[in-house]
Amino acid sequence: MDLSFVILVEILYGIASLALISAGLAVVFGMMKVINLAHGEFMMMGGYATITAVNLGVNVFVAMLIVAPLVVGLIGLVVERLVIRHLYGRLVDTMLATWGLSLFFVGSVTMIFGNTTTSITTPIKGFSVGNYQINGYNFFIIFITICLLAGIYVLLKTTRAGLIARGTMQRSDIAAALGYSPDRIYMATFFFGSALSGLAGAVLAPLVGLVPTSGGIYIAKAFITVIAGGPSLIAGLISSAGLFGLVNQVFTFAISPVIGEVALLVAAVILLRLLPQGVTARFFKGKM
Amino acid sequence: MSRTAGKGDVAALIFGVALMLIMPMLISTYTLTVLVIYGMLGLSLGLIWGFGGILCFGQAAFFGLGAYTYAVAAINIGESTLPMLLSILVPALFAALLGAMMFCGRLTDVYLGVITLVVTLILFKFTNSTAGPQYKIGEARLGGFNGIPGFHTLNVPGQPNAYIWGEPLYYVCAVALLVVFFFVTWLLRTPFGRIAVGIRENETRVSLMGYDVRARKTALFAIGAGIAGLAVGLFANWAEIVTPGLFSLGQSAEIIIWCIVGGLGTRFGPILGAAGLAYLKFMLGQQTMVDNTLITGIILVMFVLFLPKGIVPAVTSLWTVSFAKRTPKGRRHRSSARRRGGAHG
Amino acid sequence: MASDNVNFKLKARELRCLIGPNGAGKSTFFKCISGLHTPTEGRVFMRGQETTGWHPHEIASLGVGIKTQVPNVMDALSVFENIWMAARRFMPTRAANTKTSDIIDRLRLGPIARAELGRLAHGERQRVELGLVAVADPWLVLLDEPAAGMSAEDVARMSEIIHELTRTAAGVIVEHDMQFIRSIATTVTVFHQGAVLMEDHVDRVMSDPVVRNVYLGKNA
Repeated sequence: MDLSFVILVEILYGIASLALISAGLAVVFGMMKVINLAHGEFMMMGGYATITAVNLGVNVFVAMLIVAPLVVGLIGLVVERLVIRHLYGRLVDTMLATWGLSLFFVGSVTMIFGNTTTSITTPIKGFSVGNYQINGYNFFIIFITICLLAGIYVLLKTTRAGLIARGTMQRSDIAAALGYSPDRIYMATFFFGSALSGLAGAVLAPLVGLVPTSGGIYIAKAFITVIAGGPSLIAGLISSAGLFGLVNQVFTFAISPVIGEVALLVAAVILLRLLPQGVTARFFKGKM
Repeated sequence: MSRTAGKGDVAALIFGVALMLIMPMLISTYTLTVLVIYGMLGLSLGLIWGFGGILCFGQAAFFGLGAYTYAVAAINIGESTLPMLLSILVPALFAALLGAMMFCGRLTDVYLGVITLVVTLILFKFTNSTAGPQYKIGEARLGGFNGIPGFHTLNVPGQPNAYIWGEPLYYVCAVALLVVFFFVTWLLRTPFGRIAVGIRENETRVSLMGYDVRARKTALFAIGAGIAGLAVGLFANWAEIVTPGLFSLGQSAEIIIWCIVGGLGTRFGPILGAAGLAYLKFMLGQQTMVDNTLITGIILVMFVLFLPKGIVPAVTSLWTVSFAKRTPKGRRHRSSARRRGGAHG
Repeated sequence: MASDNVNFKLKARELRCLIGPNGAGKSTFFKCISGLHTPTEGRVFMRGQETTGWHPHEIASLGVGIKTQVPNVMDALSVFENIWMAARRFMPTRAANTKTSDIIDRLRLGPIARAELGRLAHGERQRVELGLVAVADPWLVLLDEPAAGMSAEDVARMSEIIHELTRTAAGVIVEHDMQFIRSIATTVTVFHQGAVLMEDHVDRVMSDPVVRNVYLGKNA
């Protein structure tokens, strides 16, 4: 009984962290058809922003939930203005340019913070269920992810900005023809997506030691989750994160964490081979 | 490109041989060897991406696979000729299987990128976790994060004790690069190569002509992987150790950057880009002021923004504009975007 | 858009035009026979052989020349290379060289033979694509709107080429331009709402009140 509870929490945590990692990338990809390969570095910078803020005496939750998204969002804004906006519609070129940006950020952060591991302590205590120890912070991550997805859903569904955003996702040319400046929509989207990445990086920072190259562990997972999810933002995130998170955790428990990771990647390859347009292109057509 | 072997080829050969002989006076042969090997690796991606339009984010997968094949085979066999052949064949075979799987699913652009990237990651994670003594192939322990050191290095075929290293190894690598270069040149002139370029330009049209695009892409992909395998067989002999780092994303990124900077759709570009950037990195490694990665990043961004076709095509068109007679100055749609693997994703 | 309930037969060397309002299912039908779509139901036969669900390259290998609606050419290659590639599929290199030069002369593409396709005007690109089809000596040609977006002069030249092609091959042509259809075809099949509405001589089709109502009436 205790074990199954622990496993359930771990699986939920696996799914939630995957969705959290991918949210920022999914927003940018869904809206702008831009694959931001610097996404992992945005998360890494979110982590560093949090640590710096905490060291300056800011409350850790304020640092994670407000400071990090703002800082990374602003960095994203600058990047969008300087680089990305020149490359709209050139999918492969944006991928290459953002890959360059990711190297640039790794280099910059190495110069500023040094190539050593920095970490902050988990702000929530663990507790035990029977004989098993549970990391209380896992619940926080699950909670944050649910809030985040619900927040995006409400934003898209009820607000005017959300309506424009949904329109742009469906047909950006039509939205432009209706008089909504794609330039401003894209700018806002990239800010929002970067802020999400920063938030995710900040929230996950206490669980991993931060090094400038930390982004690398996120980008591949985020990339495959988003691509496998397909065109529908929320449904895509939930379904592919659900699938991959489940596969990952099951194999982690059954064999080892490394096999868990490998199983996740193999699942991604198989899924893309079977459903090249992503899960939601097939099963949730037209949803968000 | 001219249709038949001619003056251009002779000139290229003379230029290549001259470069091979002159360069050791400027740079140490130890450094030169690895520049030449990277040139060959750059050319392997330049062939499949620049001429075949297949964007592969996982060229490092073939690089790593070839390296491990060589190391394992060399330890088990105790000489180098057969391991060298295997380091070409195993990646080529692997690419053929992977390619058959991907191209039959009509996966394009981004999805191809994702899958090749993921396969590289799988191999990286796997080799990293093989530290335990149970991971053995024959006599060879895979060694996890530490890699495999101490394998038999290159010898004169048939004479396992006559090792080739140092300066002779450089000349072996340089000649190998020349051979590969002319192999690629020849390949691109055959109907196979010309149809590969057709596929890059318009896949649908080529299949409507009656060509099996999937089989051809798979074959080209395998040839590219084989060239990467040859490069890494030589690399293993130069480094005398193979590690999981060969599979890393950083390695894949670098190969792609070489091609972009040098110029896609050319044969010289990727070689030049690889050797030039690797040398730049070597020089930068000797100073500590500015981080190496930062500069690589800036170079990539700048090239995508300002010189998306790369150095060699830019210089060529500058040359044509300045010196050639009767250059048709016309519209030229889409081709730079196409060359990248399409803008319509 | 879909086509159902289509029973369509073509005799050897017969030339047939498909017409119908937008969304009538012409293009879907066209894609099903050329292998670009797999029909969910129904079967396709060519020369007695079932080709349902074949890939386009397999159908083309039978000796079927296909031209799609959007010009499908290789922009960075020259006119010669484009046509040569189509020829090389069915003959060795040397024969392909001769054959390509031959077609280039016949289509009067000589002056632009070395030009890149990306630099050519729309009409020229259409003509090159027809050259790609012609060079392989097909016994059946499938052409989707070959005259779309072309000037009157180009259209006249196009119909000349099609006439020449169809001396040795059967042809299915999807087209809107009535003038053009009159100049090339005798029998016309009218599609409407995914099914065949009528199949008859071009003059009788034109004067048929039902056809005029569904198609010409709306367009003219």
